[in-house]
Amino acid sequence: MSTQPRRLKSGGRIDRSKPISFRFDGRSHTGFAGDTLAAALLANGVTLVGRSFKYHRPRGIYSAGVEEPNALVTMRTGARHEPNVPATKVELYEGLEAFSQNSWPSPKYDVMSFVNRFPKLFAAGFYYKTFVGPTRGSWMFYEKFIRRAAGMGKPTTEADPDHYEKAHAFCDLLVVGAGPSGLAAAITAGRSGLRVILVEDDTVLGGSLLAAGRDPKLADWLKSALAELETLPSVRVMTRTCAFGAYDNMTFALLERVSDHLVTPAPFQPRQRMWRVRAERAILATGMIERPIVFANNDLPGVMLASAARTYVNRHAVAVGRKVVVFTNNDTAYAAACDLNASGAEVSIVDVRSRIPAALQAQVAAAGITLHLGCAVGRANGGRHVRSVDVVPFDPARPERASVRTRLSCDLLAVSGGWTPTLHLLGQRGSKPVYDEDKAMLVAGTVPEGFEIVGGAAANCDLGFCIDSGAKAAHAAAAACGKPHAVSGRSLLEGLPDQGDAYGIAPVWMVPDPLGKGHGKKFVDLQHDVGADDIELAHREGYVSVEHLKRYTTLGMAADQGKTSNLNALGIMAGIRGKKINEVGTTTFRPPFRPISIGALTGPETGLHFRPIRRSPMHDWHEAKGAAITTTGLWLRAWYFPKPGESKADAYVREAAAVRKSVGLTDVASLGKIDIQGPDAAEFLNRVYVNGFLTLPVGKARYGVMLRPDGIVMDDGTTSRISEHHYFMTTTTAGAGKVMSHLEFLLQTAWPDLRVHVTSVTSQWAGMAVAGPRSRELLEKVITDIDLSEEGLPFMGVRQGHAGDIPVRVLRISFSGERAYEVYTPAGYGMQLWQTLCDQGKSCDMTVYGVEALGALRIEKGHVAGGELEGRTTLTDMGLGKMASTKKPFIGGALAQREGMTDPLRPQLVGLELAEGTGTLRAGAILCDPAKRYARTIAKDTSALIDCPPNPASKDFDAGNGSGHMGHGIGFVSSVTWSPELNRNIALGYVSGGMARKGEQIDAVFALKGELTKVRVTSPHFVDPEGPSWAFGCPSIA
Amino acid sequence: MLRIACPHCGDRDYVEFLYGGDAENAMPELSDTDIDRWTEFVFFRNDPKGEHAEYWQHQHGCRQWLRVVRHTVTHQVISVQPASEVDTPAQGKRVEVA
Repeated sequence: MSTQPRRLKSGGRIDRSKPISFRFDGRSHTGFAGDTLAAALLANGVTLVGRSFKYHRPRGIYSAGVEEPNALVTMRTGARHEPNVPATKVELYEGLEAFSQNSWPSPKYDVMSFVNRFPKLFAAGFYYKTFVGPTRGSWMFYEKFIRRAAGMGKPTTEADPDHYEKAHAFCDLLVVGAGPSGLAAAITAGRSGLRVILVEDDTVLGGSLLAAGRDPKLADWLKSALAELETLPSVRVMTRTCAFGAYDNMTFALLERVSDHLVTPAPFQPRQRMWRVRAERAILATGMIERPIVFANNDLPGVMLASAARTYVNRHAVAVGRKVVVFTNNDTAYAAACDLNASGAEVSIVDVRSRIPAALQAQVAAAGITLHLGCAVGRANGGRHVRSVDVVPFDPARPERASVRTRLSCDLLAVSGGWTPTLHLLGQRGSKPVYDEDKAMLVAGTVPEGFEIVGGAAANCDLGFCIDSGAKAAHAAAAACGKPHAVSGRSLLEGLPDQGDAYGIAPVWMVPDPLGKGHGKKFVDLQHDVGADDIELAHREGYVSVEHLKRYTTLGMAADQGKTSNLNALGIMAGIRGKKINEVGTTTFRPPFRPISIGALTGPETGLHFRPIRRSPMHDWHEAKGAAITTTGLWLRAWYFPKPGESKADAYVREAAAVRKSVGLTDVASLGKIDIQGPDAAEFLNRVYVNGFLTLPVGKARYGVMLRPDGIVMDDGTTSRISEHHYFMTTTTAGAGKVMSHLEFLLQTAWPDLRVHVTSVTSQWAGMAVAGPRSRELLEKVITDIDLSEEGLPFMGVRQGHAGDIPVRVLRISFSGERAYEVYTPAGYGMQLWQTLCDQGKSCDMTVYGVEALGALRIEKGHVAGGELEGRTTLTDMGLGKMASTKKPFIGGALAQREGMTDPLRPQLVGLELAEGTGTLRAGAILCDPAKRYARTIAKDTSALIDCPPNPASKDFDAGNGSGHMGHGIGFVSSVTWSPELNRNIALGYVSGGMARKGEQIDAVFALKGELTKVRVTSPHFVDPEGPSWAFGCPSIA
Repeated sequence: MLRIACPHCGDRDYVEFLYGGDAENAMPELSDTDIDRWTEFVFFRNDPKGEHAEYWQHQHGCRQWLRVVRHTVTHQVISVQPASEVDTPAQGKRVEVA
């Protein structure tokens, strides 16, 4: 176990009494509580943590925050294995295990590193140029090699063992970021009693103050701010929480990392929790991100942002360098230089500016720091770590290739190219940042209503400004929420050290290669390995717009979304084009601000919780009897009831046969049920159904079909007239919700004058069908006060009565052609009635059947159901054209007359059977005309398909995927079953021309299985064709 | 993420609502068999950059259909009324947005 050789003896916001052991690439190390994985690796002298995306170049730790482009690691093992996690955002925990990525066997000796010698191989537009035209087919061959060579961490294929939660919160004010300005905002708003949520991505509050120098005034300010925050009851503080999305109407998405700092989540704890926060106002105190300067070999391990070096020294007490070069174009890096110097490092500053403020100059002179003004780092040197830098004379106004160079040896190069306010959340709201020439920053453009931008995000480095802007924004928020500032506390500006607005930037995006031998690659986007030469290439090839540049080079499209690279790329492109940055444009920010696990977005909605489950009142009985269960929409339904040793086929064939022979009982509680009441109910039904309902007498039911306004069939079912102004409608199981909304829509928008109320009573009524020749005999044993005789309850009759004490509504309707009844009872009586029917059924040879048998029976009868009501069929397609009333208008009636809807060549409902007695009928098979068959060959050299004229004799013709049929065919198979009655396979389907093709033999092609089956067109009414037809009860088509 | 102030239930997330499409066209009279007028009602849509009236049903609430005027650029909800209380325009005529 190593001994943290780079840990400073004192200082830092770490707890030295709590050592933490962890493993990286199998080696054990120790860090301290308060470290990130990146800090602990650096403390242990580990500076090489992986290989780059395309070129397999050695990469180290570049930043200390969310912007990290380089140090992506894979966390954990087994099912919890998670790739591409920035080491800078991993809180160290006991037992942590992490691995480097994109290298084999190790980041130190990576066999793929030879790719680095051939950078042209992966230049911008590589894929577009290599795999178009005649070489396109080669992609199939090379893809697996390229994917393996270029890439990031690998995902696990195991199921995620952790739980994720979703939560909702409301507040007056959401403060994003708990640096000095965010703290000031939260405290000020809290004093006014605003309900505040303060969100901080870090584990502790303080933001930039955590990395600030040793001035005790800063530490004291933070301490007293945190102490006051604790006393404010209306402020909710959420650490380890990232506000990653800003959406319409002030809705925000937050990700709380509940257990990512533990080996495994505690019992009953989620790994992560996603919050949806609705805020009245939002203050973005998201600070700034430092940006690099582009120069040769700027990606070497040991090159990092100056702010990161300062964080590691001050916050984590890690001596990131012993001999340090600070390369800057602004004043902010001088604080980092002084702090590094104070930690014992030997520091030189290379500043592109030829003049700097006298106070700074005096400060560095007093500290003994060497200063190189008017110079730049032209190149970093080293193999797997920076060993020296070449310093060249440089004028930011006229960047030229220099011939003179001075070599400075170093083990750390800290770079500051200026700062970029973190405005992603604002950008997500559609507010594009604009470039401020004076500050050389992208600053907030139009700030949307409800938002305030404060502190660093408002493009100001001054601590006093940050705190003041936070407090002022909170006052404004309080006023907007109707809670004007009432309670005054101490001024938050008290006790601050003096600081000027020290920035003084001279914008520089890139330092040209020094003249002479030995150039290095200059990286703009470190994570996607996009170099300055790629931007130049994109420009030469005409991809000059920012959005094209981004897509052509993939710049800014990696997991870090270009947090360190976007502005440099804009600056370089603007330089090449000789335009200003605002003329070149900026790219769009989209959620999420940082990568979010799919698990968190999914939350608990997985497996059984993916969607609600609906069960019939008799469901427990079905399960207890060993029924196989299937789903229809949200409903769990009994599929079939196997006896010991029976297969599905055995069971449903037995069940269906029993219905034809004696009597069967099945659960139809899932049917949609709608109670319709009111004096205009008959008129209403008459308008929504294609057939007439005005004449339906009390005590009768009628089958009805309703169309969508565009003339396509929407749903079907029976509607019974219970009393003068009271109807009971049933719908299909899957269509219930849609029909209910449709009826409500018509009543509330088009016909508010109709005096009708509709109420969904699907869950209020249990329903069961009693079907078969002995169905009346069974019901007569159970129902005592209804005359069930032919005259008492004729076909399509409806009666209300009792089965003992159980109230029932009995409809004499049939779904399968047999004598049959539907019996409804209030849901609470459902099980009791079911049990009574089962008990009495023993003497009638009754069989309980499931939806598989129900399906077989209705296919035999040619009744349409889900497979046929599939949202593309007209009434005529279904063979029910005659049902439509010609005496009254109805919804969908007009558009059903459109030319395309009445085309006689539309696919129409037919029955299908195997023409040669062999083969497989499958729902979804495409029906094709055998006369229009192509021979299809697969050329040997490419995967291109070549269509040839019909040539059934060709050897290349086969009955597999190359069945010879192309396109959409002339129809499709919608439902199939083995008919227990006919003892053979039958199907329903739609075929162009419909029954005109009766007797014709056509091809059914099922390409997924490479099958071609010859089928014959028949009547869809396989059983009982002369009996009451589908549209029973509709007198116009008896 | 839209928030719709249901006149019956209060401010709610859009996930409680069912989108019902354009509310700027009134449905033709049922007795009107003119295919063009029905085609206009069912298929033809304005695509305004700005305020647009549309139907939303508070499906997981009061189940009332609402006429919501929304700004298509900012998604700001400008007004919400019960659809049944909106003065029905002359059938088949385009509704002017408030």
